[in-house]
Amino acid sequence: MSVRVDGLKVYYQTLHGDVKAVDGATFEIADGEIMGLAGESGCGKSTLGKSMIRMDARMRYVEGHVDLDGAELPIWDDSKMNAFRFREVSIIPQYALSALNPTRRIGTMAAELLASRDVPVDTVLPELKRRLRLVGLSEDVLERFPIELSGGMKQRVVMVLSSILDPSLLIADEVTSALDVSTQRAVSELLVEFRDRGFVKSMIVITHDLSVLYQIADTVLVMYAGKLAEKAPAETVVNAPSHPYTQLLLSSLPEVGVRYSEKRLTGIPGRPPSLLDPPTGCRFRARCPLAFAKCADEPPFAEVGAGHSAACWKVAA
Amino acid sequence: MPVSDQRDVGVVTPGAPAPSLDASAPGSTPGVPPGSAQRSEFVYFALRNWKFVLGAGVVITFLAVALFGPLLTDHTPLEFTGPTDQPPSADYWFGTTSFGQDVYSQFVYGLRAAFLVGAVGGGIAWLLGATVGFTAGYRGGAIDDVLNMLTNVVLVIPTLAILIIVAAYLEVHSYATEAVLIGLTSWPWAARAVRAQTFSLKTREFVDVARLSGRSTRQIITTEIGPNMSSYLLMMFILLFGGAILIGASLDFLGLGPSESISLGLMMNNSFLASALLLGSWWWFLPPGLGIIAVVGGLYVMNVGLDEIFNPKLREK
Amino acid sequence: MTRYLARKVFIYLVTFFVAVTIDWAIPRFMPGDPIERLLSRMQAQPGSAEVLSDYYTKAFGFDVPIWEQYLNFWAALFHGDLGLSIANFPTPVTELIMGALPYTLALLVPAILLSFWAGNKVGALAARRKTLDNTVLPASYVLTATPQMWLGIVLAWVFASTLAWFPVSGAYDLGLQPTWSVEFARSFLHHWILPFSALFLVAFGGWAIGMRNMIIYELEADYSNYLGALGAPTKLVRKYAYRNALLPQITGLALALGAVVAGAIVVEIVFSYPGLGTLTLSAIQNRDYFLIQGIFLFLITGVLIANFVIDIAYVFIDPRTRVGMQGGP
Repeated sequence: MSVRVDGLKVYYQTLHGDVKAVDGATFEIADGEIMGLAGESGCGKSTLGKSMIRMDARMRYVEGHVDLDGAELPIWDDSKMNAFRFREVSIIPQYALSALNPTRRIGTMAAELLASRDVPVDTVLPELKRRLRLVGLSEDVLERFPIELSGGMKQRVVMVLSSILDPSLLIADEVTSALDVSTQRAVSELLVEFRDRGFVKSMIVITHDLSVLYQIADTVLVMYAGKLAEKAPAETVVNAPSHPYTQLLLSSLPEVGVRYSEKRLTGIPGRPPSLLDPPTGCRFRARCPLAFAKCADEPPFAEVGAGHSAACWKVAA
Repeated sequence: MPVSDQRDVGVVTPGAPAPSLDASAPGSTPGVPPGSAQRSEFVYFALRNWKFVLGAGVVITFLAVALFGPLLTDHTPLEFTGPTDQPPSADYWFGTTSFGQDVYSQFVYGLRAAFLVGAVGGGIAWLLGATVGFTAGYRGGAIDDVLNMLTNVVLVIPTLAILIIVAAYLEVHSYATEAVLIGLTSWPWAARAVRAQTFSLKTREFVDVARLSGRSTRQIITTEIGPNMSSYLLMMFILLFGGAILIGASLDFLGLGPSESISLGLMMNNSFLASALLLGSWWWFLPPGLGIIAVVGGLYVMNVGLDEIFNPKLREK
Repeated sequence: MTRYLARKVFIYLVTFFVAVTIDWAIPRFMPGDPIERLLSRMQAQPGSAEVLSDYYTKAFGFDVPIWEQYLNFWAALFHGDLGLSIANFPTPVTELIMGALPYTLALLVPAILLSFWAGNKVGALAARRKTLDNTVLPASYVLTATPQMWLGIVLAWVFASTLAWFPVSGAYDLGLQPTWSVEFARSFLHHWILPFSALFLVAFGGWAIGMRNMIIYELEADYSNYLGALGAPTKLVRKYAYRNALLPQITGLALALGAVVAGAIVVEIVFSYPGLGTLTLSAIQNRDYFLIQGIFLFLITGVLIANFVIDIAYVFIDPRTRVGMQGGP
C-alpha cells in the first residue's frame, strides 16, 4: 500500500472553539492510484489534503496516522515533516496561480528552491526542461517572470515544479477550479500522464467537480461535513453510488444536453451542518431523504462491496 | 514610513503606519447593508483589542485635559503673572517660563490648538483626499488621468516647503487658518490611498452583482462600496489627524503660526529661543513634545488596533 | 517602456513648472511690500528713501509688468540666477544657498540612508521574533510620533547641555576653518552627531514599523506558503519576503523625502547648524523673500529629482511594473 490514513482528525482552532474539519478519516491509496477527493465547499477535503503535507497555522492535529510507503509521516511535527516535503509528498496548491515569487525569474527561483533542499541543481535541470516541454511550455519559461505568463502556463509550471523530485504522493488541490473547460481537460490529462510516466506514484485530486474525477480518477472518496461518506472506484461512484449524499450530488449535476425548462435542477435542500458544533449521529441526517431512526447513531465507514465503502445504515446491511 | 501593498505602489506619509489595504468592514457580506449586527460585532472586537483601547484611551484622556484642563487653574497662558524660570510647584504645576508665564496653562491651551489643527487640518485633507481619490478610482478613464496627474503634482512638492512660503507671507492669525493651509497641502497622500482601495473594491464580484441587478450608481456607492470603504476611511482620517498635528507643530516652531495665542509648537519655539535648554528649564520644553508624542502616538496605535479589528486575518494571533 | 518614461518625464516637468510658478507667485500676491520693509529697517531719511526705493525696485525687477517679471524669472533660473538676497544685499541667493548646502546634505544623506537601512533591517527582525517585536514596535511608534525638533532639543539638553558630551550648536568649533584636516573632521563629527541622531531616530521608527508590517504581509503570501509546503528553509522564505517587502518601502522613500527635508530644517535650527534650515529661519525673520524663494525652489527641485530617479529605478527593480505600463503614472 502506498498511502494509508487511519483515523485522522484535524481541527481548526478559532475564537469560538474547534472547527472539526476532518473528523476521523480512514482510507488507503494503492501504488499508482489516482484518488479523487470530492465534496462541497467546507466539507474538509482541502484540509485533509493540506494536513498531509503541511499544517496551516490555524490547523491543529488531534489524532490519527498517515503512512506513506510503510513509513509514518510526522504530520504533527513541522520540522520533521520537512524531510518528506517535496521529495516524498508534494502538492500543487489551490493558489498555484500566485504560488511563484513575482519578483524572481522562474528558473532562478526553482534553482534556489532546489539548492535549499540540497538537491544538486545541475542534475535536475535537464529533466526540468524536458518536463516543461512535455507539458507544452518552452524552455525559456525559466527566464521569465511569473507576470509574463498566462494562468494556464503558471499552472503547468507549478505542476512540473511540484513533481520534479518524483514524489510518492502528489496532492492536487483544486487545480482545475479556476480554469475554463478546455484547459481543465488539458490539465486533467496532464495529471494522468504524470502518473503514467511514473513522475508520481499516487495522487490525491481534490475537487468539487465530479465530472473531472470521472475522467481521470481511479477511485473517488466523497466527504461530507468532515466525515467520509463513500469511497469506490470512479465508475461505481458515478454510475452506482450507494450513499444517498453521493446519489443526490450526482442527480443535482446539470446534464449536458438537458434543458432545464423541462426538468428543473434539483439541488439538495438544506445546508451542511456547522462544523463547530456538529450534530450527533450521521451528519447528513437532516437533509437525507432516506433518514430513519437508526441514523441518530453515527454509521461506520464500512465496506459494502469490493473496494467500495460507505457510511450509511441503509447500505450497510 | 508607512507602507502599501503591491496593488498601490507607494502610499506613504512620513512616520505614519498605513492601514493594510485589505481592510473591510467587519463581517461585511456582499450585498448586505451594514446593520446593527455589524456594529455590535465591531464593539465586541474593539473593546478586546488592547491597542485600540490603549490608543483611544490616551487620546481621549488628553482631549479631556485639553477641554477641562484650563478650568482647573486661574492662570492664563500668556499673562506674565509669576516668578520667572520656576520649576513645577504647587502654585504652578508645570512651572513657569522665562517670562513668568504658567507652563501648565500654556500646555493645556496648546493641546486645544493641537486638537483643533488636527481635526480641521486632518478633516479638510480627508475630505479632499477621499473625494478626489474616490472619484478618480470609481470613474476611471479620463477623469482618473486628470485627477491622478493633479494628485501626483501636489504630492511630490514638499508640504512644509509650500507651507513655509505661504505662511511666511500670509501671517497666519488663527489656528483654523493654519489648519486649512495644512489640509490643502496634505490631501494627495490620502487621495492616492483611497483611489487604490476604490479600484480594488470596484472590481470585486459583489459590485458586479449589484450592477447586474440594476442598482443605480448612487445605490451601489452607498450600500456596496461605502461600508467596505468606511473602515478604511476612518483609519485614513486618524492618520491625517496625527499628521496635521505634527506639521502644525513644525510650522509653529518656525514661528509661522499664530503668535497671538499659544500652541505646543510655539511653546517649543519660545523655550528654545529663551535658551531654556541651556538653563535646564526642562518643565518648559518637555511637556509640549511629550503631549504631541502621546496624542499622535496614541492615534497611530489606535489605528493599528482598528486595522486588526476590521481585518479579521490579523486578529487571531 | 519608452512611452512610460516619456509620460513620467512629462509629469515631472509639469510638476516642476507648477512648483516653480507657485514658488514665484506666492510672494508677489501676498500682502506687504518687501522694499518698504527693507527701507523701514534701514531707517532711511524720507528723501533718500525715495531714491533707494527706486534703486531697489529696479534691482529686484519690480518695475516691469508682472508677466515680464515671470518670464525674467524663468530666464534667470536657467542661468542659475536666483536673485539677490534682500537681507544680505547684494549677495546672490545662489551663493548663500551653496554655502549652506553642504551642511544640510551632511545631515540629510546619512540620515536618510542609514535610517532606511537600519529601520528596514530591524523591522524585518521584529517581524519574526515576538520578543523583539514587543519592544521594537512600541518604541517605533513613539519615535515616529515624535516631532524632530523636540527630539533635537531633548538630545541637546541631555547630551550637550547637561552631560556636555557633545556641543550644543554649530557645525564645528569656533576657532576652526573648514579644511580637509583631521582636527576639523573630528570637530565636525562631534557637532554632527546630535542633529544627525534626531533625524535618524524619528525616520528609523517609521521605517521599522513599515517594514515589519510588509514582512508579515509577505510571509503570509501565497508564494511563501508554496515554498514552505515544499519544505524550503525559512531562510529562503525570509530572503524572498525581505526583497519583496523592500519594494514598497523604496517607493515610500521617495514620497517621504519631502518630510525628511522638513525635519532637517527644524533640527538645524535647534542646533544652529549652518545649513539651509538656519538660513531659512533667518530669511523668514528678515522677510527676505528672495532667499526664501530661492531656498525652497532648490529644495523642491532636489526632492523632485530624487523622486524622479527613484521612480525610474523602481521600474527596473520591480518586474511587475514592466507589464502594467499602459496604466497611469
